Amino acid sequence: MSDLIFQSIASATKALKNKEISATELTAASLARIDATEDALGAFLSVYPEDALKRAAELDAQGFDPSKPLWGIPISVKDALATKNMTTSAASKIIENFIPPYSAYVVEQLEAAGAIILGKNNMDEFAMGSTCENSAYKSTQNPWNLKCVPGGSSGGSAAAVAACQSFASLGSDTGGSIRQPASLCGLVGLKPTYGRVSRYGLLAYASSLDQVGPFARTVEDCALMLSVIAGHDERDSTSSPRANEIFHDASNWKKDLKGVTLGLPKEFFENQSMNPEVAKVCQNTIDEAQKLGATIKSVSMPHLPYSIAAYYIIASAEASSNLARYDGVRYGHRSAQPKNLEELYNSSRTEGFGEEVQRRILLGTYVLSAGYYDAYYRKAAQVRRLIREDYENALKECDALIAPVSPIVAWNKGSVTDPLQMYQMDIFTLSLNLAGLPGLAIPVGMAENMPVGMQILGSAFEESKILSIGQCITEHLGTNGQYAKL
Amino acid sequence: MAISASELNHLCHLAKLSPDEATKEKLNKQLGGIVNYMDKLAEVNTDGIEPLYSPVIHTSAVREDIAKVRQTAESILANAPETDGKYFIVPRIVEGK
Repeated sequence: MSDLIFQSIASATKALKNKEISATELTAASLARIDATEDALGAFLSVYPEDALKRAAELDAQGFDPSKPLWGIPISVKDALATKNMTTSAASKIIENFIPPYSAYVVEQLEAAGAIILGKNNMDEFAMGSTCENSAYKSTQNPWNLKCVPGGSSGGSAAAVAACQSFASLGSDTGGSIRQPASLCGLVGLKPTYGRVSRYGLLAYASSLDQVGPFARTVEDCALMLSVIAGHDERDSTSSPRANEIFHDASNWKKDLKGVTLGLPKEFFENQSMNPEVAKVCQNTIDEAQKLGATIKSVSMPHLPYSIAAYYIIASAEASSNLARYDGVRYGHRSAQPKNLEELYNSSRTEGFGEEVQRRILLGTYVLSAGYYDAYYRKAAQVRRLIREDYENALKECDALIAPVSPIVAWNKGSVTDPLQMYQMDIFTLSLNLAGLPGLAIPVGMAENMPVGMQILGSAFEESKILSIGQCITEHLGTNGQYAKL
Repeated sequence: MAISASELNHLCHLAKLSPDEATKEKLNKQLGGIVNYMDKLAEVNTDGIEPLYSPVIHTSAVREDIAKVRQTAESILANAPETDGKYFIVPRIVEGK
């Protein structure tokens, strides 16, 4: 097996270009790594070895193409993204065996860039969860400790990249679903600005919050992935018409943080649920950023403690509406022998959706129903504006904010079962989606033998700035490029 | 605020879900706890604050309304649970002969 699979996309591309390895050999190495580790890990819902090798052989026959930034690189994608001719279930029984007749915009972009798609990563059903335990098919293990969760909802993506089954993966982040698993698995993960990346072909959970983004082992690879997937797409009316940028330009990387002001939102750091070991690692990172020349400034975001309530009202409301399409008529699961149309809807949905999904549909139906709309949904949307204003005010005085991602390191599987307690674990990630801003999770060290991440939060469309700050910090800490020795 | 049993039945009807009685009992308790927590928002003064329903900061891009063929009927019907090759088939809706 080639050792290249443990390195970065940048290193693998150099080897492919210099013909030290072929796309077929690299793909075969990734597939061999999946074979060796997948029983323990459970990161994939489906793998397509023959298709991947066929595609690699086609690329080899054409020869290395420098205009394709992911030429010959094995990549995986979250099962919430539509892939033509590959099953796409969002880890739900309600669309088991669904084969989309089209690919998501971001999947088209990966293919056009020369990537080789290995298969589909496990996730919490319809992206509702923080552990991957809500998948209808299997649970995924954290490659740093197989007894622990990988985080969620894009837990399969994080586990696959951290264990070097693939070089990078695409996930989606509605309330932290990229940043939190990236953090629990010691990776780099980016939630782009709302509108930066087209949602065409992303199976919708909460449309005003959902955003597709990359997982990678280095900041540079993460930036490269963003360069490939960002851009305007007329099939998503919320995708930004602004011209695309090159995010992985090495001249963007800083040697130090002189002249950079980083804001510390005090409500994040004063949180009672913060584990002291994690807090210590976060404080050390801030000290190191200061040594690199950054000015550290305390800022206040007074509405942050309300983000959990506002988020779960808005996300559930949107989910209850989005998931109405799964009715057993046009695709997906249909209950056997329904007596009439009403029973067809009710039985198909009750049999097809898992417990957490049904809970959120009912919660969303409740907050949107007559008599409660103003008290819950409208109120949450008002608080959402106040949260965004908190971000805007804090970012007026700072280049970016820096904050923890998860109050604790990856926890034992099965140890959190109460839904409200689980929602409260998302305290540090939800507000960014409400505000629609970009956030980069970076690995910053270890606590209790498990990875700790922090997030760098920026103003709208300032991904380049947060990537360059993240690159500088991870290079300095020596965490850039780390992976789990499974 | 607790959600009453009849309210939960109404929600299930609206959401087209039919959980069994044991599940309903569990859901009722959980949803009550979650809604109680949501009531925390009442503490925030939102007088005169415009709701924010979407974080989009640009004007939605417009395009010419030109019909495009993206899919064939065949590819769309390929995932249907029941079809006659031309239409989706559902149980009879209108009573008749």
